Amino acid sequence: MEKLIAAIVFVLAAPFVGGLLAGVDRVLTAKMQNRVGPPILQPFYDVLKLLSKESMRVNRTQNFYVFCFMVLIILTGAIFFAGFDLLLFLFALTLASVFLIIAGFSVPSPYSHVGTEREMLQVLAYEPMLIIAIIGMYQVAQTFSVGEIALSPKVPMILYLPGIFVGFLFVLTIKLRKSPFDLSTSHHAHQELVKGITTEFSGPTLAMIEVAHWYENVFLLGFVYLFFGWNPIVGAVAVALVYLFEIFLDNAEARVKWQLTVFSSWLVAIVLGFGNVAVLYVLKLLKVI
Amino acid sequence: MSALKKSPWVLHYNATSCNGCDIEVLAALTPVYDVERFGIINTGNPKHADVLLVTGSVNEQTREVLKTVYEQMPNPKVVVAVGICACTGGVFSQCYNVYGGADSTIPVDVYVPACAARPERIIDGVVEALGILEKKHEDMKRAKKEQKKALKAGA
Amino acid sequence: MKERCDVNLSVLLLFIVAPAAIGALLLLVKNSTLRKVIVYPVSLAIIAGSVWLLFARFNGGPAHDFWGIEAMNWLTLLFGGVIALYLLIRSLMEKRWLVSVFVLVQAVPILFLEIANHFGVKGVPHVLIENCLAFDRFSLIMALIIGIIGTLICVYALGYMDEFTHHHHEFKDKRRSFFFILFVFIGAMFGIVFSNSLLWMYFFWEVTTLSSFLLIRYTGTEEAVKNAYRALLFNLIGGVAFAGAIYWMYFSTGTIELDKMLILAPQKSLVLIPAVLLAFAGMTKSAQMPFSGWLLGAMVAPTPVSALLHSSTMVKAGVFIIIKMAPILVNTYAGMIIAFIGMATFLFTSLLAISQRNAKRVLAYSTIANLGLIVACGGVGTEQAVWAAILLIIFHAVAKGLLFISVGTIEHRIGSRDIEDMQSLVVKMPVLAIFMVVGIAGMFLAPFGMLISKWAVLKAFVDTNPVLAVILAFGSAATLFFWAKWLGRIIGITKAERKGEESVSIHEWISLYPLALGTVAVTAIFPLISKALIEPWIAQVYLQVLGNAKPVGLGESNVMIMLIMLVLMLVMPIGLLYYRASRKNAKLSEMYLAGANVHGSEKYLGSIGVVQQNETKNYYLENYVGEKRLFPAAVTTAIVLLAILTGVSAIWRN
Repeated sequence: MEKLIAAIVFVLAAPFVGGLLAGVDRVLTAKMQNRVGPPILQPFYDVLKLLSKESMRVNRTQNFYVFCFMVLIILTGAIFFAGFDLLLFLFALTLASVFLIIAGFSVPSPYSHVGTEREMLQVLAYEPMLIIAIIGMYQVAQTFSVGEIALSPKVPMILYLPGIFVGFLFVLTIKLRKSPFDLSTSHHAHQELVKGITTEFSGPTLAMIEVAHWYENVFLLGFVYLFFGWNPIVGAVAVALVYLFEIFLDNAEARVKWQLTVFSSWLVAIVLGFGNVAVLYVLKLLKVI
Repeated sequence: MSALKKSPWVLHYNATSCNGCDIEVLAALTPVYDVERFGIINTGNPKHADVLLVTGSVNEQTREVLKTVYEQMPNPKVVVAVGICACTGGVFSQCYNVYGGADSTIPVDVYVPACAARPERIIDGVVEALGILEKKHEDMKRAKKEQKKALKAGA
Repeated sequence: MKERCDVNLSVLLLFIVAPAAIGALLLLVKNSTLRKVIVYPVSLAIIAGSVWLLFARFNGGPAHDFWGIEAMNWLTLLFGGVIALYLLIRSLMEKRWLVSVFVLVQAVPILFLEIANHFGVKGVPHVLIENCLAFDRFSLIMALIIGIIGTLICVYALGYMDEFTHHHHEFKDKRRSFFFILFVFIGAMFGIVFSNSLLWMYFFWEVTTLSSFLLIRYTGTEEAVKNAYRALLFNLIGGVAFAGAIYWMYFSTGTIELDKMLILAPQKSLVLIPAVLLAFAGMTKSAQMPFSGWLLGAMVAPTPVSALLHSSTMVKAGVFIIIKMAPILVNTYAGMIIAFIGMATFLFTSLLAISQRNAKRVLAYSTIANLGLIVACGGVGTEQAVWAAILLIIFHAVAKGLLFISVGTIEHRIGSRDIEDMQSLVVKMPVLAIFMVVGIAGMFLAPFGMLISKWAVLKAFVDTNPVLAVILAFGSAATLFFWAKWLGRIIGITKAERKGEESVSIHEWISLYPLALGTVAVTAIFPLISKALIEPWIAQVYLQVLGNAKPVGLGESNVMIMLIMLVLMLVMPIGLLYYRASRKNAKLSEMYLAGANVHGSEKYLGSIGVVQQNETKNYYLENYVGEKRLFPAAVTTAIVLLAILTGVSAIWRN
């Protein structure tokens, strides 16, 4: 029963939390650039404005795919916060990403197409590390259940998974669409390929993509919390610090090419991620842990 | 005040401008003038934009492009002609290859005559355009309501 | 519980012999209509028979009591000799010396052993074969796959081969022998899954090798013959290992029956080497690295061959034997190395698939990759791994079969196998496009079958060896790339006419629809299949062989959520259709081409005033994952692993 309540709370509250996070992002970015910046509620104004625009389409299916993407992202988050299986969460996330990719492909305009190809490359870059992170968590907690890992861990995950945590931060940059890895589309005004994968979407559909990204950001930060879950206060502080770090990285770095994105992510996944997994495996064999 | 006024996304199109007005438009985005305070973002995609800033006069090469870009903007939308060239053609208005200002091709809502237009003027023009945008939004909502009523009555 | 019918040896034998007999009949039928008149009822009978097996119970008796068994013994001896002679003479005539050598190296010892066991030769001990055939739930699952999917593909071939012959007048019309071989092959596949005697299984194994050889070289072109011989050579290498396993079992343990071999499993020093040899044979048949080349080359064959042999059934025989060996391979170093070979294959071929534009080659690489996963599960050998492996077999057979025959039909209509030519298929041929989407989704998306099995594999690996799980992570990311890319090409919408589907023959539709529905249905009922068939089999085998059996599964709550997602996915197309209808009034806009659109979205005004076509193509990353780069690396890795495998099993015996 609590699982259902947690899921409902997530579905209702996450857009507000996510929007505020996006607002914080923009305000901090502005401050870092020595400007005043928009009000913190700006993302909500953006979405409301988009909803009030007329609906435009190039073909009759693209907007529906985006709708499916949003629904599935919400489902993914609900699975996560209800405390279900981490692998199920990952597979639902993959399914949602594929819908966005399909939406991008359904209109084969040059900008949209290249943006979508890059989106696929981004998925290629981050997916191994995500799976490795989940494998690492299983090795420590002997369970895939988010609920168990988050609520009653007897061990601080971060002590056992330092390499995986750093690797996860690396790919979190890709997932949050922050420089240097915001190849397929961009946030705010960092134009890339016009608007990359989201070029052919407008008005309410664009609002759906925006809100879906808010949901996504919330559960991605939730995943970060899992590393520190053994103490809720430490967890919350860690999440805040990670988010601030990502904002800082976004402003400090320039966008890189896809080759560097994919290869560096895989290298990090192998060295830090697999390395961490291997060390844990050996320690287990030697009965150290 | 609807969300439109608080989050106007701007598309900047250069028809044949000498880049003078363009530089001033971009300057408005810099920390000195910081139009993001008003929620303004420079998006390069007409499908995401509410306000079209046109600089430069319209000639053969840019006429179709300007029309297409305007058509690909979803309603409600406003057009601001920045600089005297975009308003009337400026010093080039009598040239054989120039059609005139932006209003020779698309409907313009706000004119910002100057050469080159300063950021303060541009911001002023955009703020005025936002008022017009609001009104257009209201009109659109009303028209939709009437349409719905007519459908109901007709059915 | 109702009185169930008994399945006894004669019934199993019928499954093996009847299709072959029908095939022989088809050899005489030149008329295409008459052929259809025969094939349809026969296919229906085979499907009905396979389904009947679901509700039947095996009641085997000692082999030597039934005259059919003795007759089959003579047949295997006779035909074994004939096949060996045929392959020998043909390869000598066509100057493939290596192939001739490999034929001799296995045929002579095996025939000798069969004769010696039967007639008694001084120095050769006599081995009693109690049960030549056996039937358990795993054989049942395989029989269902062969019986249903196999026959559907034969029906498909009726339509496809007519078109093929019509299009390609340059090739001789050998449809009679084509269908003959197809049905003989189906009989032989039943033989493999029902065999308990290794000698019998070896015979049926070689029949499938021969079928593959003859079918690949159907068109008779130089390329086809070359690829047919490559397939033959690699399969024969496996055959030599198979023969080696038989000899070892015969002289070391005094039995050549599978069930008895499994009972000896705890005595690793006795049965590990033959198990590894059989696994090796399985790996060649399933085109694992370094033997993958034969499957890729086999794509020159007509599409029904690719669908039936090289994705749904014959290559499954290879992994079938490996899974049978799993209780012996579990907890051994040899098993672990086999698992690594499987995973290395999975990783490399998944990456290689990204670089392929030829649709059949993508499907071939994907098949090899999935077979690699199954091999890895067999090598790991735990209950959970074997559970995942069997699920993989089921889901892959259906989805890949569907994809292959869809591609075949599409190819005949657009005249190309290139993925880039399938742009906007959803507009030109919507029904076929939907089948492709179902097939592709079935291969990698939640909540469909392959994803479920991959999940099970991941769970099995994290408990045994996380390194394997990490390799799975990388390979799985690669699979998403090439499937999503293809999916995008199919559903992209540009201006195009709807044409092509009118000319698809009814026979092709009759096999396409059930396979598409099957892909979805099998996903929906997999918990049932698992509870009724897979879990009992695993429990039975592991209990009997190792003394205890651990529970398997994905967890009830997970299965429930997957079913919810499946419902969502099924509702989605309805939502899409409704949405499409309701959007007629939304404002239409052209694609964004920087405002330089010319006549809509088809063309744009480029620089210097030249009108350009708006064309997009996918990334193939040739320079990074192309065959030139990765294939040698993959082969080398696999050879090194094989060398280690040999050392570990021969020297360490563990």
